[in-house]
Amino acid sequence: MEIEKKLLKKASLEKLFEKLKADGKKMYAPVKKDKLVNFALVDTFGEICDDYILTVKSAKSVAFPKIEKIVDYEHSKNSSKAIDIDVSNFPEVVLWGVRPCDAVGFDSLDAIFTWDYKDNIYLARLEKTSIISFSCFKSDNNCFCTSVNGNPGGTKGSDILLTKISNGDYLVEIITEKGKQIIAKAPELFEAAPTEEKDKNLTNVPIKFNVKDITENSAKFFENDLWVEQSLRCIGCGACAFVCPTCACFDIQDESAGKNGTRLRLWDSCCFSLFTMHTSGHNPREVQSQRWRQRIMHKFSYMPERLNVVGCIGCGRCSRACPVDMNISEHLINLAEEVKK
Amino acid sequence: MDDIRKKAKELLENKTVQVVIGYGKGSGEEARAIFVRDAAKTDQLIFDETCLQNLAVYILKHEVKHLGKIAIVATSSVLRSIMILASEQQLKDGDLVVLGITSDGKYIDLPNFKAIEDYLATLNVSITDKEKELLKMIDAMTMEERWAWWQNEFSKCFKCYACRSACPMCYCPKCTTDSNQPQWIPVASHQLGNMEWHLMRAMHLAGRCINCGECAKACPMDIPLNLLTYKMIDEMNANFGVTVGMKPDAVFALSTFKNEDKENFIR
Amino acid sequence: MSEKNLYLPYSMIIEKVTEEAPFVKTFRLKFENEKEANNFSFKTGQFGEYSVFGEGESTFCIASSPTKKGYIECTFRQAGRVTTALSNLEEGNTIGFRGPYGNIFPIDDWKGKSLLFIAGGIALPPMRSVIWNCLDLRENFKDVTIIYGARSVADLVYKQELRDWEERPDVKMVTTVDPGGETPDWNGEVGFVPTILEKTAPSSKDTIAIVCGPPIMIKYTFPVLEKLGFSDDNIYTTLENRMKCGFGKCGRCNVGKVFVCKDGPVFTLTQLKQLPAEY
Ligand SMILES: Cc1cc2nc3c(=O)[nH]c(=O)nc-3n(C[C@H](O)[C@H](O)[C@H](O)COP(=O)(O)OP(=O)(O)OC[C@H]3O[C@@H](n4cnc5c(N)ncnc54)[C@H](O)[C@@H]3O)c2cc1C
Ligand code: SF4
Ligand code: SF4
Ligand code: SF4
Ligand code: SF4
Ligand code: SF4
Ligand code: FES
Repeated sequence: MEIEKKLLKKASLEKLFEKLKADGKKMYAPVKKDKLVNFALVDTFGEICDDYILTVKSAKSVAFPKIEKIVDYEHSKNSSKAIDIDVSNFPEVVLWGVRPCDAVGFDSLDAIFTWDYKDNIYLARLEKTSIISFSCFKSDNNCFCTSVNGNPGGTKGSDILLTKISNGDYLVEIITEKGKQIIAKAPELFEAAPTEEKDKNLTNVPIKFNVKDITENSAKFFENDLWVEQSLRCIGCGACAFVCPTCACFDIQDESAGKNGTRLRLWDSCCFSLFTMHTSGHNPREVQSQRWRQRIMHKFSYMPERLNVVGCIGCGRCSRACPVDMNISEHLINLAEEVKK
Repeated sequence: MDDIRKKAKELLENKTVQVVIGYGKGSGEEARAIFVRDAAKTDQLIFDETCLQNLAVYILKHEVKHLGKIAIVATSSVLRSIMILASEQQLKDGDLVVLGITSDGKYIDLPNFKAIEDYLATLNVSITDKEKELLKMIDAMTMEERWAWWQNEFSKCFKCYACRSACPMCYCPKCTTDSNQPQWIPVASHQLGNMEWHLMRAMHLAGRCINCGECAKACPMDIPLNLLTYKMIDEMNANFGVTVGMKPDAVFALSTFKNEDKENFIR
Repeated sequence: MSEKNLYLPYSMIIEKVTEEAPFVKTFRLKFENEKEANNFSFKTGQFGEYSVFGEGESTFCIASSPTKKGYIECTFRQAGRVTTALSNLEEGNTIGFRGPYGNIFPIDDWKGKSLLFIAGGIALPPMRSVIWNCLDLRENFKDVTIIYGARSVADLVYKQELRDWEERPDVKMVTTVDPGGETPDWNGEVGFVPTILEKTAPSSKDTIAIVCGPPIMIKYTFPVLEKLGFSDDNIYTTLENRMKCGFGKCGRCNVGKVFVCKDGPVFTLTQLKQLPAEY
């Protein structure tokens, strides 16, 4: 579909929000609570925070929540049965205020959740989700979208992209059919596209490394001292994976209350030492350097090779969340240099 | 600081140790842990007000131990952690070389546990003003308000366990929360799962936490976890007259019984 | 949405429980729903996720042969939470099963060749499926040799079947126990599997070797096979990595870029040698 451009007046932004809300959509937008900005269900436009680079947690939980029911069951001594869950009544959601990198992040999740076996639960949630992104006019040193094929005004993955122009109005790019349907809810709010150039309203994110150097060569660097060198200070928590928009790993756990119960899928991380531990105690990834290598290789070697997508969109969230300053772009620059040697 | 660099260089050159754990420049405002193995690189060691991490968490880390004998740049938090690890038989005197450092960056020679104990006795180990304020606020709350306040804080937890990983005292190879036979703590990070996890964590650190604040600092969701464990210390102080992490052979208030104990349920 | 829930297990009734060895049981499972039974098919080498509701899921291979219709079997060792819960179940109880997952032993490609099965300990289950599959199509293959070893006589699984295979004139069966594991009336071999393999010295000519067992046995068996002249392409084995989903989503079973649940669990030694040592 060709991208259609329009103008949305500053004052009309709230009206658009109200229209969608009135249409019965659940509106998820960045909200500042106790000093942290994160996506939350909002009732009024006023709750939305617009002064942030990126939310602490990514937007992935709308389609891949940290706790998700995958099966219901009944069990008693003499009979047990699984009960399918109803995916038809998932709510219609609008993700408002997504950054272009986060929107691309859904590509990685899609690739995993549709790899030969289609995960109907994830897909049902995603189908009900519309993504309204806002271009970035601010960035920090942790951002590196431009090094992983993204850009602060990228349209990929979004249904609609809004870019704030110099007078405070918005350039609107309508990217998908879903985007069109959203505009159709309030056609009166949109005017002819402004002439002002989009790019000059975007933040500048310098390119830090050539991602191809890594994706095409890193498989050869499986055995390399660099992994130990980089990960000595890594303490093996789940912070990086849990804030990451593209990490899809999960655990499955049952929770019962009397005769009834649910089987849940829960976020998990390859950086935890127990992630791969066999019941026997044997652990294929015994030490943290192997787990750190898995994190980088999964995103920059295995995913590109098997799923045709780079598993990192350069948001820098993991760097911001890491308690011990494992700065991912620094490590990737490192790796790109090592690979060229 | 130059003294520390010089000492580190010496230790690596004469092969007394194979690695010096210290602070180096980080990617942002805060310094990061570095692991110097080459005497020529000891000038990477820094010390200033951005050096905050409690480096003691690395002492028992498999890959760090694997490098050989350790020397560690030790702030008072590190020293107190070492005292706990020693009391819990995780460290013996002489296992590592301690490069003591005062808050204004002066090197102090601490050749053995006794020296550490004596040095710690001269320090005033109290919590920060900010923490005092928060505690005051929580203390002023009614039971219900307090419950609601913690529920709100815990609701942000997604069980990344950064708090556990960052704590030098959380070194158990298999944490209670990872046990599935029995499943003591629900794995999911819902309300019950989070509350049980945090209660368990607090209980397991009661009388062992030295209030370095590392857990709270590690938490990506900014939950002030150390207040829970600190509160335990506070009680400990009041009830048993002990300050945690001041000597290498401490007995733990919660796992010790004395005849003169106030509680008599155990008799 | 037309796709169905990938995580929804079938209801299976435990039709028969066999005690194989201490802590090892075999369940014969029948579909509760006949329609599901009729639509179900699998091939030898594949595995599934078996569940006790309230306890969780566990990964076992399907230990019966696809040529045996109307049921599937699994053999498991009581190890942790789910396997303990399974052990406590009785005939008539219901469990969950989803699958089949994973790749297969390419027995069609083996037509006209001789087969050498080498198994150790409780790793006989994946082997049992392929052995029965091949024996039921016996005319397709030349010589069939089975070498099976366990720690002690008590630890041998499938005792009845071992006897059946022993009695078949078209199968060469060698059973062994580790030194010290024999009983006074034991008349099989005594020695570790690699040693017995060397002693038996089967021909590698036109022969496929299938090896399953504990890592240590596998490690010492490969060199013997190489010495006997087996090429890496003709040696098959299976990998076991911790699994949750079984179909390439949960991200925990990969060895390098290879996902054991999707690309495996069956690998040739050629493939195995290309993998990083993360299994
Ligand atoms: C392809 C394949 C085929 C196999 N075939 C067989 C076979 O035929 N027979 C056989 O006996 N075995 C087989 N196994 C091994 C078998 O899967 C394991 O022995 C079995 O899953 C152990 O399950 P458990 O519930 O008893 O163990 P537990 O260790 O109690 O695990 C219970 C569940 O909880 C999870 N879990 C455990 N600890 C934690 C934790 N700390 N945090 C989060 N989750 C945790 C586990 O992953 C598991 O899903 C096979 C494995 C694979 C991969
Ligand atoms: S790996 Fe880090 S930078 Fe890349 S997408 Fe995930 S959180 Fe963002
Ligand atoms: S980086 Fe690790 S946690 Fe994230 S998706 Fe890859 S394997 Fe899973
Ligand atoms: S890189 Fe940082 S956030 Fe990730 S596991 Fe290591 S310490 Fe935790
Ligand atoms: S403050 Fe936190 S990290 Fe420090 S010792 Fe106490 S519990 Fe551990
Ligand atoms: S670090 Fe924070 S979010 Fe992570 S487990 Fe601890 S309290 Fe929860
Ligand atoms: S078992 Fe989930 S990815 Fe292989």
